Amino acid sequence: MKKWMALAAALALGASAGAANAADKLKACWVYVGPVGDFGYSYQHDVGRKAVDKALGDKVETVFLENVAEGPDAERAIERLAREGCKIIFTTSFGFMDPTIKVAAKYPDIKFEHATGYKKADNVSIYNARFYEGRYVMGQIAAKMSKTGTAGYIVSFPIPEVVMGINAFMLGAQSVNPDFKVKIVWVNSWYDPGKEADAAKVLLGQGADILVQHTDSTAPLQEAEKAGKLGFGQSSDMIKFAPKAQLTSNTDDWDPYYVARVQAVLDGTWKSDDTWGGMKDGMVVLSPFTNMPDDVKKMAEDSVAKIKSGEFHPFMGPITKQDGTTVGEAGKPLPDGELLGMNYYIKGVDDKLPQ
Amino acid sequence: MNDQLLSVILTIITASTPLLLAAIGELVVERSGVLNLGVEGMMAVGAVSGFGAALLTGNTYVGVLAALVAGALLSLLFGFLTLTMVSNQVATGLALTLLGLGTAGLMGESFVGQPGVHLERLHVPGLSDIPFIGPILFGQDLMVYLSFAIVAGVSYLLFRSKAGLIIRAVGDSHQSAHALGYSVVGVRYLCVMFGGACSGLAGGYLSLAYTPQWVENMTAGRGWIALALVVFSSWLPWRIVVGAYLFGTITVMGFSLQAYGIGIPSQLLSALPYLVTILVLVLISRNRALIRANTPACLGQPFVPDR
Repeated sequence: MKKWMALAAALALGASAGAANAADKLKACWVYVGPVGDFGYSYQHDVGRKAVDKALGDKVETVFLENVAEGPDAERAIERLAREGCKIIFTTSFGFMDPTIKVAAKYPDIKFEHATGYKKADNVSIYNARFYEGRYVMGQIAAKMSKTGTAGYIVSFPIPEVVMGINAFMLGAQSVNPDFKVKIVWVNSWYDPGKEADAAKVLLGQGADILVQHTDSTAPLQEAEKAGKLGFGQSSDMIKFAPKAQLTSNTDDWDPYYVARVQAVLDGTWKSDDTWGGMKDGMVVLSPFTNMPDDVKKMAEDSVAKIKSGEFHPFMGPITKQDGTTVGEAGKPLPDGELLGMNYYIKGVDDKLPQ
Repeated sequence: MNDQLLSVILTIITASTPLLLAAIGELVVERSGVLNLGVEGMMAVGAVSGFGAALLTGNTYVGVLAALVAGALLSLLFGFLTLTMVSNQVATGLALTLLGLGTAGLMGESFVGQPGVHLERLHVPGLSDIPFIGPILFGQDLMVYLSFAIVAGVSYLLFRSKAGLIIRAVGDSHQSAHALGYSVVGVRYLCVMFGGACSGLAGGYLSLAYTPQWVENMTAGRGWIALALVVFSSWLPWRIVVGAYLFGTITVMGFSLQAYGIGIPSQLLSALPYLVTILVLVLISRNRALIRANTPACLGQPFVPDR
């Protein structure tokens, strides 16, 4: 019985650190908020870790902790990695921000990298991806492909990242069809396949014929497939789950970034930095365009090319807010700070933003 | 409009069924005086086993069976620890949740990212084609009907059969039941396994019918809601149906209202199923006599036969 309890206790910590071996290798470590098996956000970070293994495996050993709760628990997890000899630690969720800064202050010789936050230090870099670029192109595709002129949008929490995504999607859609409508459902969870499926069914029932999600499971896309409607994937390429429904998927590709940062530690060239990479840097990648006619595909490919070349920015000023006021200067993109704090809808979004 | 109502009703049925299945199983467990908090863990193992078996054999009904067996097996471990080794039921139940979630993650590693096999909805020629009523009454998948059949069966078993009398006796006063010559531990083992099987089925419903896929933590707290529904029902089987469907209805209606663009804050709508459940629970609890009559008096108490 004791053995079982011990096993359960080990699981209770939710931590499964990889085995340590060769001591002379550089140890690179990751902390995930979810399980690596979520086939979404944490999964994608773990794909990045594996890329490091593959590229630098002879010089680097990687370790990860999954299912680490945001908050005080995270500090314990991060500190444990620091004590175990990790030389660079990636903490991959917004809620790890303060714990990362705290532990980093105690271990000045260790490099830390925090994703999606805004607090830096001499040994703490921050990095994030410009997901809105992909969402703009998705909006264009949706407006072309929709017969009812209405998309259903399933979202998690009203944080700037998510609001920015909705706005980018609608700007893209309006560039094709100025009267395009979006129905928004907040499920108040990043990850609950059941609830996401329920929301999807409700939206399809109310006349949306294209589903967009800013939640992490494949459930909404599967519902679109079942109903013979269309949709977009999230974080990972979900084409296997919806071969007839997925138009494209807004995927995160952390591989090059992780390989580059770990390489920098090996070379001794690592320095504290602030990276917000987009399509240009290969951090945001739209998976192959499927289930659409060639002209729509071409439009999408053109937009991607223009965003990559810097010729076009989805948030080109001035932008009209929902209340009719405008923001940004004519002909200039909104500054990054404005984007990162976005707490308003643009004109044409027919919903009240939860405060 | 009719189409919209129909789609909402069909969504409610799928959302409520896993809660109903898990809760009715736990009700029997608690009626026998055992508190198994491991529902969430057993659901997770049921979900991954059902998914895996269906994927490997290509037959969803094999998946359903595998989910049932996996849940029952895991509950057997709980039974061994709490009934034979007389460990603390609350602690063991919590450990079972963690063990179940962890084991499921381990078992399901290779299933992540694999599209699953979908449990077919039944189609009765003629009947399923009746507008509106047809798809609701005659077009569900097997497990929806099974969930109601189990509730009816449990209700009959508990209150109309000798076996039910014994189960309730064991739950209300294990010493007396023991003195009368009934095997308290034996009865509890059977009830625990029944509960495990139902939790497994509930998990299987998630990975085969609700959202046909396997991902870690896909149970997302439904096991805990099922536990609460047992208290909500004041240990009466048909009330579980009311509780599960009330919960499902309010959740789905919340999404529906949002999509209509009615300006109710989404956070409130998300909290509503819980608030209403608590409210109804308070109203029900006003009838003290009924609560006392139905709460298993030995719930959670260990039993060691004196010889």
